[in-house]
Amino acid sequence: MTCSQFLALLDDLIDDSVTPELRAGLQQHLRGCEHCEVILNTTRKTIEIYRSHEIYDLPAGLRERLHAAIMARCKKGC
Amino acid sequence: MATIQPIAGELEPHPDVALVDRVRAGDVSAYDELVRKYDRQIFRIAQHITQNREDAEDVMQDAFLKAYEKLDQFQGNSKFYTWLVRIAVNESLMRLRKRRTGKMVSIDEDVETEEGSVPRDLADWAPDPEQNYNQAELAEILRKTIQGLPQGFRIVFVLRDVEGLSTEETAETLGLSIPAVKSRLLRARLQLRERLSRYFRRNKVGEK
Repeated sequence: MTCSQFLALLDDLIDDSVTPELRAGLQQHLRGCEHCEVILNTTRKTIEIYRSHEIYDLPAGLRERLHAAIMARCKKGC
Repeated sequence: MATIQPIAGELEPHPDVALVDRVRAGDVSAYDELVRKYDRQIFRIAQHITQNREDAEDVMQDAFLKAYEKLDQFQGNSKFYTWLVRIAVNESLMRLRKRRTGKMVSIDEDVETEEGSVPRDLADWAPDPEQNYNQAELAEILRKTIQGLPQGFRIVFVLRDVEGLSTEETAETLGLSIPAVKSRLLRARLQLRERLSRYFRRNKVGEK
Protein backbone atom coordinates (compact mmCIF):
# COMPACT_ATOMS: atom_id res chain seq x y z
CA MET A 1 0.00 0.00 0.00
CA THR A 2 1.32 3.47 -0.91
CA CYS A 3 0.91 6.63 1.19
CA SER A 4 -1.64 7.99 -1.33
CA GLN A 5 -3.71 4.83 -1.06
CA PHE A 6 -3.49 5.05 2.72
CA LEU A 7 -4.63 8.69 2.68
CA ALA A 8 -7.57 7.89 0.43
CA LEU A 9 -8.81 5.53 3.14
CA LEU A 10 -7.88 7.74 6.10
CA ASP A 11 -11.44 8.90 6.77
CA ASP A 12 -12.83 5.39 6.61
CA LEU A 13 -10.19 4.29 9.10
CA ILE A 14 -10.94 7.21 11.45
CA ASP A 15 -14.71 6.65 11.14
CA ASP A 16 -14.21 2.94 11.71
CA SER A 17 -15.89 1.91 8.48
CA VAL A 18 -13.30 -0.46 7.00
CA THR A 19 -13.47 -4.22 6.63
CA PRO A 20 -11.15 -6.29 8.86
CA GLU A 21 -9.03 -7.18 5.79
CA LEU A 22 -8.61 -3.56 4.80
CA ARG A 23 -7.85 -2.58 8.39
CA ALA A 24 -5.08 -5.19 8.47
CA GLY A 25 -3.61 -3.71 5.26
CA LEU A 26 -3.77 -0.18 6.68
CA GLN A 27 -2.12 -1.27 9.91
CA GLN A 28 0.62 -3.00 8.02
CA HIS A 29 1.33 0.24 6.13
CA LEU A 30 1.36 2.17 9.41
CA ARG A 31 3.98 -0.10 10.93
CA GLY A 32 6.46 0.89 8.23
CA CYS A 33 5.45 4.53 7.66
CA GLU A 34 6.04 7.08 10.36
CA HIS A 35 4.60 9.90 8.22
CA CYS A 36 1.21 8.26 7.82
CA GLU A 37 1.15 7.40 11.50
CA VAL A 38 1.69 11.08 12.34
CA ILE A 39 -1.04 12.12 9.90
CA LEU A 40 -3.49 9.61 11.35
CA ASN A 41 -2.81 10.59 14.97
CA THR A 42 -2.83 14.34 14.40
CA THR A 43 -5.96 14.19 12.22
CA ARG A 44 -7.74 12.25 14.97
CA LYS A 45 -6.57 14.85 17.47
CA THR A 46 -7.80 17.68 15.21
CA ILE A 47 -11.32 16.23 15.20
CA GLU A 48 -11.24 15.58 18.93
CA ILE A 49 -10.15 19.15 19.71
CA TYR A 50 -12.90 20.68 17.59
CA ARG A 51 -15.46 18.34 19.13
CA SER A 52 -14.52 19.05 22.71
CA HIS A 53 -14.01 22.84 22.65
CA GLU A 54 -16.84 25.29 22.35
CA ILE A 55 -15.62 28.04 20.04
CA TYR A 56 -18.92 29.86 19.61
CA ASP A 57 -20.72 29.91 22.92
CA LEU A 58 -24.24 31.13 23.39
CA PRO A 59 -24.21 33.19 26.62
CA ALA A 60 -27.12 32.53 28.97
CA GLY A 61 -28.52 36.10 28.70
CA LEU A 62 -28.55 36.06 24.91
CA ARG A 63 -29.99 32.55 24.88
CA GLU A 64 -32.91 33.58 27.07
CA ARG A 65 -33.57 36.71 25.02
CA LEU A 66 -33.62 34.79 21.72
CA HIS A 67 -35.67 32.05 23.25
CA ALA A 68 -38.28 34.50 24.56
CA ALA A 69 -38.48 36.20 21.15
CA ILE A 70 -39.01 32.90 19.35
CA MET A 71 -41.67 31.65 21.74
CA ALA A 72 -43.54 35.00 21.79
CA ARG A 73 -43.90 34.85 18.02
CA CYS A 74 -44.83 31.17 18.01
CA LYS A 75 -47.60 31.85 20.52
CA LYS A 76 -48.95 34.57 18.22
CA GLY A 77 -48.93 32.04 15.40
CA CYS A 78 -45.66 33.50 13.96
CA MET B 1 -33.67 -20.26 27.24
CA ALA B 2 -32.62 -17.82 24.61
CA THR B 3 -35.09 -15.03 23.95
CA ILE B 4 -35.31 -12.76 20.98
CA GLN B 5 -34.34 -9.26 22.03
CA PRO B 6 -35.58 -6.29 20.04
CA ILE B 7 -32.74 -4.38 18.43
CA ALA B 8 -32.20 -1.14 20.31
CA GLY B 9 -33.37 1.90 18.41
CA GLU B 10 -35.27 -0.05 15.80
CA LEU B 11 -38.65 -0.14 17.48
CA GLU B 12 -38.39 2.90 19.72
CA PRO B 13 -39.38 6.10 17.93
CA HIS B 14 -37.03 9.08 18.36
CA PRO B 15 -38.15 11.17 21.40
CA ASP B 16 -38.55 14.21 19.13
CA VAL B 17 -41.41 12.50 17.30
CA ALA B 18 -43.65 12.76 20.37
CA LEU B 19 -42.68 16.41 20.88
CA VAL B 20 -43.41 17.22 17.22
CA ASP B 21 -46.80 15.50 17.49
CA ARG B 22 -47.66 17.55 20.58
CA VAL B 23 -46.74 20.79 18.79
CA ARG B 24 -48.91 19.78 15.84
CA ALA B 25 -51.76 19.21 18.26
CA GLY B 26 -51.37 22.81 19.46
CA ASP B 27 -49.12 22.38 22.50
CA VAL B 28 -46.65 25.30 22.18
CA SER B 29 -44.76 24.26 25.32
CA ALA B 30 -43.52 21.17 23.44
CA TYR B 31 -41.91 23.49 20.91
CA ASP B 32 -40.26 25.29 23.80
CA GLU B 33 -38.57 21.98 24.66
CA LEU B 34 -37.39 21.45 21.09
CA VAL B 35 -35.92 24.97 20.94
CA ARG B 36 -34.03 24.46 24.20
CA LYS B 37 -32.76 21.12 23.02
CA TYR B 38 -31.23 22.39 19.79
CA ASP B 39 -30.68 26.13 20.11
CA ARG B 40 -26.95 25.89 20.88
CA GLN B 41 -26.26 23.65 17.90
CA ILE B 42 -28.27 25.87 15.54
CA PHE B 43 -26.52 29.00 16.81
CA ARG B 44 -23.11 27.35 16.36
CA ILE B 45 -23.86 26.18 12.82
CA ALA B 46 -25.11 29.67 11.92
CA GLN B 47 -21.94 31.25 13.37
CA HIS B 48 -19.73 28.85 11.42
CA ILE B 49 -21.45 29.70 8.14
CA THR B 50 -22.11 33.43 8.51
CA GLN B 51 -19.05 34.13 10.69
CA ASN B 52 -21.01 36.98 12.17
CA ARG B 53 -22.65 37.04 15.56
CA GLU B 54 -25.62 39.27 14.71
CA ASP B 55 -26.38 37.20 11.62
CA ALA B 56 -26.21 34.03 13.72
CA GLU B 57 -28.73 35.49 16.19
CA ASP B 58 -31.11 36.34 13.32
CA VAL B 59 -30.61 32.95 11.68
CA MET B 60 -31.35 31.15 14.92
CA GLN B 61 -34.64 33.01 15.39
CA ASP B 62 -35.67 32.72 11.75
CA ALA B 63 -34.80 29.02 11.54
CA PHE B 64 -36.88 28.10 14.60
CA LEU B 65 -39.79 30.28 13.45
CA LYS B 66 -39.70 28.83 9.95
CA ALA B 67 -39.56 25.29 11.33
CA TYR B 68 -42.59 26.07 13.49
CA GLU B 69 -44.53 27.47 10.55
CA LYS B 70 -43.64 24.58 8.29
CA LEU B 71 -43.99 21.80 10.79
CA ASP B 72 -46.86 20.33 8.77
CA GLN B 73 -44.40 19.79 5.92
CA PHE B 74 -42.04 17.80 8.12
CA GLN B 75 -42.45 14.25 6.89
CA GLY B 76 -40.85 12.36 9.71
CA ASN B 77 -38.74 10.22 7.38
CA SER B 78 -35.72 12.24 8.48
CA LYS B 79 -34.95 13.30 12.05
CA PHE B 80 -36.43 16.59 13.24
CA TYR B 81 -32.91 17.79 14.07
CA THR B 82 -31.62 17.08 10.54
CA TRP B 83 -34.63 18.86 9.06
CA LEU B 84 -34.03 21.84 11.36
CA VAL B 85 -30.32 21.96 10.45
CA ARG B 86 -31.25 22.07 6.77
CA ILE B 87 -33.48 25.09 7.41
CA ALA B 88 -30.70 26.78 9.43
CA VAL B 89 -28.08 26.14 6.71
CA ASN B 90 -30.38 27.65 4.07
CA GLU B 91 -31.17 30.66 6.26
CA SER B 92 -27.46 31.19 6.90
CA LEU B 93 -26.61 31.08 3.20
CA MET B 94 -29.43 33.52 2.46
CA ARG B 95 -28.10 35.87 5.10
CA LEU B 96 -24.64 35.71 3.50
CA ARG B 97 -26.12 36.48 0.09
CA LYS B 98 -27.81 39.57 1.51
CA ARG B 99 -24.54 40.75 2.97
CA ARG B 100 -22.60 40.22 -0.20
CA THR B 101 -25.25 41.75 -2.44
CA GLY B 102 -25.11 40.58 -6.01
CA LYS B 103 -22.63 37.85 -5.25
CA MET B 104 -23.86 34.28 -5.32
CA VAL B 105 -23.01 32.30 -2.24
CA SER B 106 -23.25 28.56 -2.22
CA ILE B 107 -21.66 25.61 -0.54
CA ASP B 108 -19.89 24.90 -3.82
CA GLU B 109 -17.81 28.02 -3.43
CA ASP B 110 -14.02 27.82 -3.36
CA VAL B 111 -13.68 24.08 -3.26
CA GLU B 112 -11.46 23.62 -6.29
CA THR B 113 -8.39 21.80 -5.10
CA GLU B 114 -5.96 19.38 -6.61
CA GLU B 115 -6.76 15.71 -6.18
CA GLY B 116 -4.63 13.42 -4.08
CA SER B 117 -2.54 16.07 -2.40
CA VAL B 118 -0.22 14.65 0.23
CA PRO B 119 0.09 16.76 3.40
CA ARG B 120 3.25 18.83 3.60
CA ASP B 121 3.69 19.40 7.30
CA LEU B 122 4.55 16.02 8.75
CA ALA B 123 5.78 17.16 12.14
CA ASP B 124 4.33 15.27 15.08
CA TRP B 125 2.43 17.18 17.75
CA ALA B 126 3.27 17.56 21.40
CA PRO B 127 1.23 15.31 23.71
CA ASP B 128 -1.96 17.19 24.72
CA PRO B 129 -0.83 20.21 22.68
CA GLU B 130 -3.91 22.26 23.61
CA GLN B 131 -2.60 22.51 27.16
CA ASN B 132 0.05 24.94 25.99
CA TYR B 133 -2.66 27.56 25.54
CA ASN B 134 -5.29 28.99 27.84
CA GLN B 135 -8.99 28.60 26.98
CA ALA B 136 -9.31 31.99 25.28
CA GLU B 137 -6.11 31.54 23.24
CA LEU B 138 -7.15 28.08 22.18
CA ALA B 139 -10.65 29.19 21.15
CA GLU B 140 -9.07 31.98 19.08
CA ILE B 141 -6.69 29.54 17.37
CA LEU B 142 -9.52 27.12 16.60
CA ARG B 143 -11.78 29.91 15.30
CA LYS B 144 -9.08 31.47 13.12
CA THR B 145 -8.09 28.08 11.73
CA ILE B 146 -11.56 26.91 10.78
CA GLN B 147 -12.50 30.31 9.37
CA GLY B 148 -9.65 29.93 6.91
CA LEU B 149 -11.20 26.85 5.32
CA PRO B 150 -13.22 27.20 2.11
CA GLN B 151 -16.92 27.50 2.93
CA GLY B 152 -17.86 24.19 1.29
CA PHE B 153 -15.30 22.30 3.38
CA ARG B 154 -16.12 24.13 6.59
CA ILE B 155 -19.84 23.32 6.51
CA VAL B 156 -19.20 19.63 5.87
CA PHE B 157 -16.65 19.41 8.70
CA VAL B 158 -18.95 21.23 11.15
CA LEU B 159 -21.99 19.08 10.38
CA ARG B 160 -20.12 15.78 10.28
CA ASP B 161 -17.44 16.13 12.92
CA VAL B 162 -18.64 18.84 15.29
CA GLU B 163 -22.42 18.32 15.24
CA GLY B 164 -22.26 14.58 14.69
CA LEU B 165 -24.49 14.16 11.62
CA SER B 166 -23.87 11.01 9.58
CA THR B 167 -22.42 11.19 6.06
CA GLU B 168 -25.91 10.46 4.67
CA GLU B 169 -27.57 13.13 6.80
CA THR B 170 -24.90 15.68 5.84
CA ALA B 171 -25.40 14.86 2.15
CA GLU B 172 -29.17 15.20 2.50
CA THR B 173 -28.91 18.45 4.44
CA LEU B 174 -26.57 20.11 1.97
CA GLY B 175 -28.00 18.60 -1.20
CA LEU B 176 -24.66 16.96 -2.01
CA SER B 177 -23.83 13.42 -3.12
CA ILE B 178 -22.27 11.05 -0.59
CA PRO B 179 -18.93 10.93 -2.48
CA ALA B 180 -18.87 14.76 -2.50
CA VAL B 181 -19.39 14.84 1.28
CA LYS B 182 -16.66 12.25 1.80
CA SER B 183 -14.17 14.04 -0.41
CA ARG B 184 -14.82 17.41 1.25
CA LEU B 185 -14.60 15.91 4.72
CA LEU B 186 -11.21 14.38 4.01
CA ARG B 187 -9.88 17.65 2.61
CA ALA B 188 -11.34 19.64 5.49
CA ARG B 189 -9.79 17.34 8.09
CA LEU B 190 -6.39 17.36 6.39
CA GLN B 191 -6.37 21.12 5.90
CA LEU B 192 -7.33 21.78 9.51
CA ARG B 193 -4.68 19.33 10.69
CA GLU B 194 -2.05 21.06 8.61
CA ARG B 195 -3.03 24.54 9.80
CA LEU B 196 -3.16 23.48 13.44
CA SER B 197 0.32 21.95 13.15
CA ARG B 198 1.67 25.48 13.21
CA TYR B 199 0.54 25.79 16.83
CA PHE B 200 0.70 22.24 18.08
CA ARG B 201 3.88 20.78 16.61
CA ARG B 202 6.39 19.26 18.95
CA ASN B 203 9.64 21.17 19.14
CA LYS B 204 12.50 18.80 18.51
CA VAL B 205 15.30 18.71 21.06
CA GLY B 206 17.82 21.40 20.17
CA GLU B 207 15.38 23.19 17.85
CA LYS B 208 15.21 26.92 18.33
